[in-house]
Amino acid sequence: MEQGPAGGAGGGAASSGGSGGVLLALSESEQQRYSELFSRCCPPPEAAAAGGSSVGELFRASQLPPDTLHQITEVCGAKRVGYFGPAQFYLALKLIAAAQSGFPVRIESIKNELPLPRFPALKADGEAWYGTPAELHPGKFQLPQAALEKNSYKRADEGDKQEAKSPPLSPICSPPASPSTYQRMALTYGYGKSRSGLEQQHGAPYEVRHSAHQQDGPGSYGAKPALACSTLSRSLSVEQEQQDSSSHYSDDPWRITEEQRDYYVNQFKSLQPDLSSFISGSVAKNFFTKSKLPIPELSHIWELSDVDCDGALTLPEFCAAFHLVVARKNGYQLPERLPETLLPEYLQAASLKPIHDCTLFDSYSEALPGAQQSRDFSRAEPSAEEAPASPALLQDGKKDDKQALQGSAALKTIPKEFQHLTMKTAAQESSALRARPRSRSYSSTSLEDAMKKGEEPPTPPPRPQKSHSRASSLDLNKIFQQNTQAARSGWLPPPPPALPPRPSVSQTEQPSEVELHPQLSRAPAQAEESSPAKKEVVLAQPPSKPARRKLRPEAQGLETPELSPTISGTSALPAAKAHLPAQKQASKQKRAIQTAIRKNKEANAVLARLNSELQQQLKEVHKERIALETQLEQLRPVTVL
Amino acid sequence: MAVCIAVIAKENYPLYIRSVPTENELKFHYTVHTSLDVVDEKISAMGKALVDQRELYLGLLYPTEDYKVYGYVTNSKVKFVMVVDSSNTALRDNEIRSMFRKLHNSYTDIMCNPFYNPGDRIQSRAFDSMVNSMMMQVC
Repeated sequence: MEQGPAGGAGGGAASSGGSGGVLLALSESEQQRYSELFSRCCPPPEAAAAGGSSVGELFRASQLPPDTLHQITEVCGAKRVGYFGPAQFYLALKLIAAAQSGFPVRIESIKNELPLPRFPALKADGEAWYGTPAELHPGKFQLPQAALEKNSYKRADEGDKQEAKSPPLSPICSPPASPSTYQRMALTYGYGKSRSGLEQQHGAPYEVRHSAHQQDGPGSYGAKPALACSTLSRSLSVEQEQQDSSSHYSDDPWRITEEQRDYYVNQFKSLQPDLSSFISGSVAKNFFTKSKLPIPELSHIWELSDVDCDGALTLPEFCAAFHLVVARKNGYQLPERLPETLLPEYLQAASLKPIHDCTLFDSYSEALPGAQQSRDFSRAEPSAEEAPASPALLQDGKKDDKQALQGSAALKTIPKEFQHLTMKTAAQESSALRARPRSRSYSSTSLEDAMKKGEEPPTPPPRPQKSHSRASSLDLNKIFQQNTQAARSGWLPPPPPALPPRPSVSQTEQPSEVELHPQLSRAPAQAEESSPAKKEVVLAQPPSKPARRKLRPEAQGLETPELSPTISGTSALPAAKAHLPAQKQASKQKRAIQTAIRKNKEANAVLARLNSELQQQLKEVHKERIALETQLEQLRPVTVL
Repeated sequence: MAVCIAVIAKENYPLYIRSVPTENELKFHYTVHTSLDVVDEKISAMGKALVDQRELYLGLLYPTEDYKVYGYVTNSKVKFVMVVDSSNTALRDNEIRSMFRKLHNSYTDIMCNPFYNPGDRIQSRAFDSMVNSMMMQVC
């Protein structure tokens, strides 16, 4: 590597001569810096033009968005000329500095007083040159700066504050001659250890510039040097307030000014009066579509601003999105990542208190990946939670069934009237409830699960009054299966075997009922006679029940002795409804349903007969009509004539 | 690292397909297309049971001599298909699962965007960058 200063001086002269139409007024520091960068980019043999790849790498190291870099390349003329000559290179560096300060990439912007361009990502070259201190002191400077910059980046914000101590020196201070470079390097390395301000004055300017980009803007230039951290923080905040008010300098397009913020907040209020709540996606979509930006760009803006990816915009997210829309409409290209000044934490803090800003700076790098991590983690958590939740629900459902069959002592206390009623509806409910969790193990919300679980517990108590016999459970299950035709298969465990006597009794009762049926006469329903329990239970069969009950007293004489106990049982029902044993009610239920079915069939038969009779009458009437018509026709010719 | 990643919609048209730039990318497209049959077969085989009992990760769909194809289907019948180089023996099942999980997460992020209509081609840069990170880096 050739001697830096000599090359730099030569390069500086060449640049001023060779820039042609655009006179680049380079200050001494700029000259030095640009020349060293140029010499980095072009290996010695080809001193004429910088290698394209290394230039590209350098530009990328400036951490500007790629389209800005393209613009810069175009503006500086390298595209036209085809290579990066010194003039183009220096122009490009100036434009990079302008872009990093927030000016748009135009030729005019380089006329302003600009800081040196910053290349935060430059590491490899510096490290490679580490071993040759003799000639490369300007290049070497980048090494310690880059290394220290990394260190300071990782270190706490005290590093930031301390580095901001000597900003006024930065634009003017030029690198001293070579003998002192070693001192400075030692100083800069010792920077991290000693926090005294005086020693840092030389080395600090470069670090300030490197750290300044962390604060995203020439934020350090207005601060007064101070030693205490608190004063530093205050000074930092003062800088930012100065910047906010003096927008001419901090023309960072990604920083929201006060007027803009107020405007955004008002717009937010118009969409959603509660400032602490959020705007839903559809509302926001309608709102931003009004800006007439193309949909892919709006989609990208949404992606950038909705940091937590919840489909809704909080106030800071909304401000960021609105600001991006405004910037886009004014011609700025959308960034690839959300700028730090538009992060929700930053905006929220900025809205609260400026003093907190500096403490947030170091949290940016943690906040963004932290947010992403938390999002991924939170997404993993619900899916993990739902997976155990659904098996738990299934187990609960099965447990409920078992409880229902086995019975528990506490269930007897529930009044028996309600048991049948609640049993049926609750069983339907519970069957539906148990089926639903199964179909939605990944997507069901915890709230719905909680609701379903909340509904399930009340249902078990009514079912198991099987304290008396298992036959009742058989009957009940049969009834439920009859009623819940669409019941999810398999959730009802097979009912235990019923006691033989009970079903046989009910079966013997049935034939007697069949005998009774032909004697049916549709007397007015005697609802009082039918047991209230039966009324509750068999809601769907009121017509048959009273008829049957009525039949019983009528046909008492025909009854066999077997029936009498049942009839006495039924007559005793109104008197002693509260004491009815469960199985009698159950068997009567079953009988009631069966008789109802039979009744309906008979009614069907009767109606069919009626239908046929009426059909016959219709035919007869038709015949008569035809006969009459023929008579009429016979008579007509007579009348017509 | 995958060689090709594709997102297929419910109606079996591609929402997003990205492969490592090689000389014959159509081969990957064809592979993904044929793997859809296997995906459907797996879904229908498990479909007799209720939906939730079906796992999202379908596993190895079929291996060829050059590469293996893995599948994953979401509850809304959106399928993710990943083609992995067979020579990459270091890839274990867990890693494939985690890659699919990342894909699923990014896909839900896209869904949250109100400007995205389900059924559109996926044009999100965040999704692109995530997929790029999972693809094999061919220098």
